Amino acid sequence: MIRFFYNQKLIELELSRCDLTVLEWLRLDQRKTGTKEGCGSGDCGACTVVLASPVDTEEGSKTLKYESINSCITFVGALHGKQLLTVEHLSDGDTLHPVQQALVDEHGSQCGFCTPGFVMSLFALYQQNERVDELKKRVDQALGGNLCRCTGYRPIKQAACRALESKDVVHSHADKISNGQLKVPYASSADSSAGEAESIASTANKLYQLSSRAPVAAVGGFYQPRTVDEFSELYGDNPHYRLLGGGTDLALEVTQQLKDLPGIIHIGSIPELGIVEITDDKLVLGAGVTINQCLHLMHQRIPGATELLLRFGSDQIRNQGTIGGNLGSASPIGDLLPMLLALDGEVELQRRQALRTVPLFEYFTGYRKSVLQAGEFIRTIRMSLPSSDSVFAMHKVSKRRDDDISSVCLAMHLPQKNGISKNVRVAFGGMAATPVRAYGAEVALENTTFNNAAVVNAQRVLAEELSPISDTRAGAIYRMQVAQNLLQRVLMDITLS
Amino acid sequence: MTVKSKNTIISPIGSPTAHDSASAHVTGSARYVDDIAPAAGQLHVAIGLSSIAHGQVVSMNLSATSDAPGVIDVLTFKDLEHATDIAPVFEGDPLLVDTLVSHYGQPLFAVAATSHRLACQAVTKAHIDYREMSPELSIATAIKHKHFVRPPHRMKRGDSSGALKNAQHRIKGVQSIGGQEHFYLEGQVARARPEEDGGVTLWTSNQNPTETQHIVAKVLGLSMHHVNVVVRRMGGAFGGKETQATACAAFAALIAVRTGQTVNCRLSRRDDMIMTGKRHAFLNRYDVGFDDTGLIDGVEYTLAAQCGHSPDLSDAIVDRAMFHCDNAYFLANVTIDGLRCKTHTVSNTAFRGFGGPQGMMAMETVIDEIAYALGKDPLDVRLRNLYGDKWRNVTPYFQTVNAFTVPQILAQLEHTSNYRKRREAIRTFNHSSGVYRKGIAMTPVKFGISFTVKHLNQAGALIHLYSDGSVQLNHGGTEMGQGLMVKVQQIVAHELGMSTARIAIMATQTDKVPNTSATAASSGTDLNGMAALQAAKAIKQRLIDFLKVKHTVDEAAIEFAQDRITVVSAKGKKTTYTWPDLAAAAYRARISLSATGYYRTPLIHYNRKKAKGQPFYYFANGAAVTEVQIDTLTGETTILRTDILHDAGRSINPAIDIGQIEGGFVQGAGWLTHEELYWDSDGRLLTDGPATYKIPAIGDMPAEMNVALLENSPNDAATVFHSKAVGEPPLMLAISVFAAIRDAIGSLADHKIFPVLNAPATPEEVLKACTRINEQNS
Repeated sequence: MIRFFYNQKLIELELSRCDLTVLEWLRLDQRKTGTKEGCGSGDCGACTVVLASPVDTEEGSKTLKYESINSCITFVGALHGKQLLTVEHLSDGDTLHPVQQALVDEHGSQCGFCTPGFVMSLFALYQQNERVDELKKRVDQALGGNLCRCTGYRPIKQAACRALESKDVVHSHADKISNGQLKVPYASSADSSAGEAESIASTANKLYQLSSRAPVAAVGGFYQPRTVDEFSELYGDNPHYRLLGGGTDLALEVTQQLKDLPGIIHIGSIPELGIVEITDDKLVLGAGVTINQCLHLMHQRIPGATELLLRFGSDQIRNQGTIGGNLGSASPIGDLLPMLLALDGEVELQRRQALRTVPLFEYFTGYRKSVLQAGEFIRTIRMSLPSSDSVFAMHKVSKRRDDDISSVCLAMHLPQKNGISKNVRVAFGGMAATPVRAYGAEVALENTTFNNAAVVNAQRVLAEELSPISDTRAGAIYRMQVAQNLLQRVLMDITLS
Repeated sequence: MTVKSKNTIISPIGSPTAHDSASAHVTGSARYVDDIAPAAGQLHVAIGLSSIAHGQVVSMNLSATSDAPGVIDVLTFKDLEHATDIAPVFEGDPLLVDTLVSHYGQPLFAVAATSHRLACQAVTKAHIDYREMSPELSIATAIKHKHFVRPPHRMKRGDSSGALKNAQHRIKGVQSIGGQEHFYLEGQVARARPEEDGGVTLWTSNQNPTETQHIVAKVLGLSMHHVNVVVRRMGGAFGGKETQATACAAFAALIAVRTGQTVNCRLSRRDDMIMTGKRHAFLNRYDVGFDDTGLIDGVEYTLAAQCGHSPDLSDAIVDRAMFHCDNAYFLANVTIDGLRCKTHTVSNTAFRGFGGPQGMMAMETVIDEIAYALGKDPLDVRLRNLYGDKWRNVTPYFQTVNAFTVPQILAQLEHTSNYRKRREAIRTFNHSSGVYRKGIAMTPVKFGISFTVKHLNQAGALIHLYSDGSVQLNHGGTEMGQGLMVKVQQIVAHELGMSTARIAIMATQTDKVPNTSATAASSGTDLNGMAALQAAKAIKQRLIDFLKVKHTVDEAAIEFAQDRITVVSAKGKKTTYTWPDLAAAAYRARISLSATGYYRTPLIHYNRKKAKGQPFYYFANGAAVTEVQIDTLTGETTILRTDILHDAGRSINPAIDIGQIEGGFVQGAGWLTHEELYWDSDGRLLTDGPATYKIPAIGDMPAEMNVALLENSPNDAATVFHSKAVGEPPLMLAISVFAAIRDAIGSLADHKIFPVLNAPATPEEVLKACTRINEQNS
């Protein structure tokens, strides 16, 4: 049985299908049609809803973390222990939530079909407990995964700023809630005079109790093991079951290829797969760490990785997708993968009780293929962190800036010793059937000063060692030219700084 | 709501009223077709599409499909008992393939099942055998083989070949321009309910309810009066639901009648993208002669459109491209050939601008070529060739250009955008900068308003005043997000002196207003606003006549304003009615409180054989200045700033109009930059979803965007409150983005070599152009 809050209502659900999506559940089972389907593939954001998960505050109390997700590629089973909020839940009667009111006031909707998705992405941003000026800088990031075909975005962006600014205004929405003039439609408390924070804390506590209840018996083939042992046995016995991290890739088999999945094992409740360990020179991540968690860590430790934080998928995808999923699908354009290759990443794989470690450059065996065997899963990912005298750079080039798949993605690590590069790593996405290291280019740059001559040499070698293909994203010639030019860009950026 | 100031209600005309559905949009309560509560036993349709572009269907084994879980009905060509073609004008669009497949994604069969997912899954179980034939995929090959869906057409004025021979300078060029997927966020969808008389009621996402009514009636073998089509709103359309909405409606209607159940037909995004038509790709050739000052002596164009496998609306679309390859410039001697090329691809269709943008691209490319040849600022060549006021003011199709606001707009925008200074600053930047290059361009738009098919320029409306003073407003126009409904509501409110809150906006229904035209050609408000105004006037007149008798006063003694009706008697006694009072009194006095309104555009005429006449009632005008930066290492473009000045006449709703301008601009920028349709060599569209087909996202809007409406500029033509159409024209403002990119690339050779740049200017295309120009320069 799956237990979650749908707004303030406890839902106890026996799943009829393990691969039932949240969007199907909302629109077909609940007949709540505010949430729209625009693409069914997590690329347009019309189906955006918000998940609230209980987290500990620094003071040790509970609060909720609000994250936008694409409901079209989220399985209902993954809602267990969370609160699901949709566009229907934000207004208190005729009083609109500030993000809704701002969209009305700024003429932020035309056809209106994308609007519920924008409302929810903005609501997630609005709920972040950060300074308004910081939040305003994140508007593009928060809305990069929501497509609007009518407005050209200017009024939506303006509405976002207006709504965020209203957080600081006296007599704001929050004040009205504190004064009891307004209810918090999306949180509740036994105490009717409770303010927003108390109401949220109260909901968080309820959710915490929900999610800490005894493991859920599998229904409809949806399993949520609580320990890595339980998981390894289950998967060992049923290697045909599909592993679910965030599901941003797996769900496409359901919504786009129309497959019925034989069984799903959701790894989201396994503590070992959520670990994060940072030392001076190493980063160790459980396979279930989300892309956003992962990118924020990297952003703090690897300055050159910041670009990815903004350009990897969309906020909805980054909130859901996991590093293990990015590796598990072994796509040639998985955007974390060149970076992991350049940082000498290795994966710890487990099959029943057997553990083995595979360096990432040996992990990929072909287009969306890896060394993973039946019943084997990725447990942890380790990578080295660049030292302060290293050059680390990464660049992504795609047709569109936001939420697009790389034509070419470069990650480059040049540890420096007395002005000479040692243990050079050059890795690419989009240049072969798998993410690859450009060994020839690495050799060309090894033991030399990183200068123009070295780059020209590496560019020449690159043309010999890689042969990218032409597809919808880019032609082979373009890919090679950009791959070569990106080496030059790294040099230019260093020279500039 | 009307704007209130000093306790009085200002005229709703010109007020920036919010979209009538804004609150419903943000709370998710605005209902789209797929949101309507399902009927008991409702079925869902999915469509089996061809997996090849051209060939014969040898066999179609649908037994596994029929046996699949949940399947209730399967429909093939053989099951069609009545009309089988759903083409709008010229035949050629079979609802289902009989034996010959002529594009990838063509409908072969339809499946009805108990759920959408089961229907889609059942479709995948079909076994189709084809005898494949080689597909013709390019415009160039179609021209070579003279494969056209409609005959070529020519417009000609003056002696272009003589002018070209005698010109001081002459340049020939060619440019390919890609098509565009509409990517309305709400895909195609229709719901059909069978009715007791054998007919159907259809709820559909549809710009053209009457056409759908007409075709569905034909397909069912019924008269039009047995089909009622209802459209409350669309989740975007952009021309993609003008003819392309018919198929879903026809499938839903047929299966509803066959099964006796309510049927929903909603296309998944992928099916929608491969099955429905798009904006035409064009291959434009030009041959231009000009003098040392940049003045064009003569020009010859061949505009060749990729129409796909059937005519659909291509005749009119290519005509509109031809009508717009002068853009804002006088062409003394001109010959324009329009070719409608047949390819084994989906039949291309209406898309905001309707061929106009592709024609305009040809003209603006010609202007830039001239500027490079003479070493002039392209803006100066533009100014040199603009249509004149009293002379040099006749188009290639012999229409006189009147009340031409482009010169004023360009002058104002040149000043407010600081164009000349920025041009200098960019020159300095480009000299000192390495891999980043900037470019700037100012381009005008002159867009002809009216359907070029004359009979479409008519509209009807139906207004009911109920005895409690509330009003229902019906007209033939459809709402796709453009704000038509709120504008027409404002018009009626103004005429009746009534608060907009009293006026309920009704779904567009073919049983309320018959024989309507598509909401297209930017004409929605011009036509339907005027028709509704006539209906409002009719009711108002009846109320006036009633009050005149009742109070024994003249018409001048009666005032409709501020949501009240005031009658001042000869003795100066003032009687004030609220709307509920007056409506109830009129009802009791047996006054008819329901009226139709009708409008047809005056003055227009066109003789296509002679390519001569006045096809347009007036022209919409605007201009944009855009500054971009390109990265010559990757070809990526950033739009740094766009300034737009657009002439919306006397705007009925400036907020809505600015929304159209900004949205149109960004949509046009998408078309010309990263929206790229990609077919493989077998004619399969591989960009079949938002993962591969990239419409603009929030990061693509210009970093700075300044949009203004031209002030004090009532439409010279007698349109509704002298407003101007604003739906399509702003899309073409985005040509400034493309021209700015070309300008940035041109800086690599100090603007001495004209950079050949095809659209869309994807990073790849930009990098290619940079490489080419660097090679030519060295």
